[in-house]
Amino acid sequence: MAWREDWRRVRVIAWKDITTERRSKAGFNSVAALAVTILVLFGFALGPEAQALRDAAAGAVWLAALFAGVLAFNRSFQVELESGAIEPLLLYPGSRWTILAGKLLANALFVGLMLAIVVIVGVTLFQVTIPKAWPSLLGLFALGAVGLVVLGTFYAAMSSRTRAREVLLPLLLFPMLVPVLLAAISGSKALLTGDLMHEAGAWIRLLVAYDIVFVSATLLAFEHVIEA
Amino acid sequence: MNETADTMNVPRSRAWTLFGVFAFVALIAAQVHAVLTSPADRDMGHLQKILYVHVPAAWIMSLAFLVVFVFSIRYMWRGQEKDDLLAAAAAEVGATFNGLTLVLGMIWGKPAWGAWWVWDPRVTTTLVLFMIFVGYLALRSFVDDPERRAQWSAAVGAFGAINVPIVYMSVRWWRTLHQIQSSPSTMDSAYVLGLRTNAIAFMLIMIYFIRRRYELARLRRATELIADAAALGGT
Amino acid sequence: MAGANGSGKTTFLRVLSTLLKPNAGAARVYGHDVTRAADDVRRHVGFLAHTAGLYDDLTALENLRFAAEMLGRSPEGLEAWLDRVGLARVANDRVRGFSAGMQRRLALARLMLMHPRLLLLDEPYANLDAAGIDIMNAVITEVRNAGGAALLVLHELAPAAGMLDRVLTLVDGRIAAEGDGPAANAPTASAPTLASAAGAR
Repeated sequence: MAWREDWRRVRVIAWKDITTERRSKAGFNSVAALAVTILVLFGFALGPEAQALRDAAAGAVWLAALFAGVLAFNRSFQVELESGAIEPLLLYPGSRWTILAGKLLANALFVGLMLAIVVIVGVTLFQVTIPKAWPSLLGLFALGAVGLVVLGTFYAAMSSRTRAREVLLPLLLFPMLVPVLLAAISGSKALLTGDLMHEAGAWIRLLVAYDIVFVSATLLAFEHVIEA
Repeated sequence: MNETADTMNVPRSRAWTLFGVFAFVALIAAQVHAVLTSPADRDMGHLQKILYVHVPAAWIMSLAFLVVFVFSIRYMWRGQEKDDLLAAAAAEVGATFNGLTLVLGMIWGKPAWGAWWVWDPRVTTTLVLFMIFVGYLALRSFVDDPERRAQWSAAVGAFGAINVPIVYMSVRWWRTLHQIQSSPSTMDSAYVLGLRTNAIAFMLIMIYFIRRRYELARLRRATELIADAAALGGT
Repeated sequence: MAGANGSGKTTFLRVLSTLLKPNAGAARVYGHDVTRAADDVRRHVGFLAHTAGLYDDLTALENLRFAAEMLGRSPEGLEAWLDRVGLARVANDRVRGFSAGMQRRLALARLMLMHPRLLLLDEPYANLDAAGIDIMNAVITEVRNAGGAALLVLHELAPAAGMLDRVLTLVDGRIAAEGDGPAANAPTASAPTLASAAGAR
């Protein structure tokens, strides 16, 4: 029965985050717009030669998603801090990890949507041809998105409550995301060019391992971080 | 949470001063011995001997990070402030040796590899580790409440440590899958003894530095607690 | 509980509510230690803070529904609660447009969803009009009659007149004065009066 209650809490927190984000004026739209803007700037920086753009497409897409995503992660805790809602949230009896799990779900949805938009724009701007192996590409993107969201949300739980939140989150997060970026970008590049060396599988396995390790670790450690 | 008494017991350190002197003497002896008694490298000449500092420094950096990991976990498990202060001390020392490793590596690398930087797995992981250390220290500087700072540092320290092998593997695949040469040259056997003695000497230095840094942190904390108690009207 | 600003009244309340962990000493609510058995304490206690802590972009009803789900309660009968605190008309309006008094009433309704035994109220009458004060007192009385208690931190005695059983005055974090019964209910002009723990131990 405890599982059912926990799951209910996770669901309602995810619902609450999604609803408040949808209704807020400066929400998802701004973050997505920023991601696209960054992508365009990458185009200027790396182009206009078609082959150079195609080579850089995977990197540009993931970095654009990452930089814009950082804003989304801080916002997911901002909503609790603005009106002091975090206090009543902590006073409901029950497991704390459910709070993180709910926010992870909501953020995964946002980042997933944002990635979808960035990919569509990126494929166009960077003149990428969609490969036959696009289902694998989709899977890779999903796993990579989870990797971004897990630590992004967890570290945002801390950085959003300091006085240097804009700089602290990237500072903490970016080195930790090196494996995700390498795997996602290299794996995407490989799949886009036909994966002659069959390396995509290795990258997908790395992402799976990373995701499992850090989803577990964050859920375990969240209580310490949110109570303090 | 009632460990005020515990934290107030600042450790005394007469034996440690002796240890510190011994560690420094050992370091000087090991360095002098290694530099003077080993031959010049056939390609690099005497510059090769910078490795007598660079390699032990790298080893110490990893050791210090291990200490950060162990005591971060211990803090999350036991909640004793001492563990957090020790982890933080180790992080500062580790970050310093990390910076040293990178700089000396670049100085050695320019003539050896022809470039100031290579994206070799070990070098790159060392850089990423440095960024993780910096993040850890930045977090501590932005959080004033001691308990919050301790809990958050412990999580960040533990996660950083867990990530290091994953980072290493990912950078290695990134390099080898594109068939780029990885880091050149294993050490000539003539240098091995010098490296080993210096590694031990550096480890003694590391222990001494961490200990001193830890004592300073305990002292500061005890001062804070006394000030708090006085503000409350004396306990 | 009364006292000058900074005397520690709010801190005391926050420790009892489990929001703040004490650096030294221990506190127990109905036998449960606030650090070691925090969840048990939370099940019995309802804390009304200075800030309402509501989600501005959700409606009043949605805020309550969120609380109900988090508490594991059924989301039925929430409209009745809104009615009790006089917010039935704005049930489907977003909290962003609410006045401070309206937010406080909604926070009170949310508080009552868990049927707490102990009410911890930090300046409960702030921003409330006469109707709001009546609602607050009705809720306090109801909890009291059900065998519970309420600990109020107050600056002004008048709104709680007739309801106070005991008065504690805090100075620099210590209980400096304790008064009982009717004497505590007489409104005086001097500052350190007020606060009442109705039967709380």
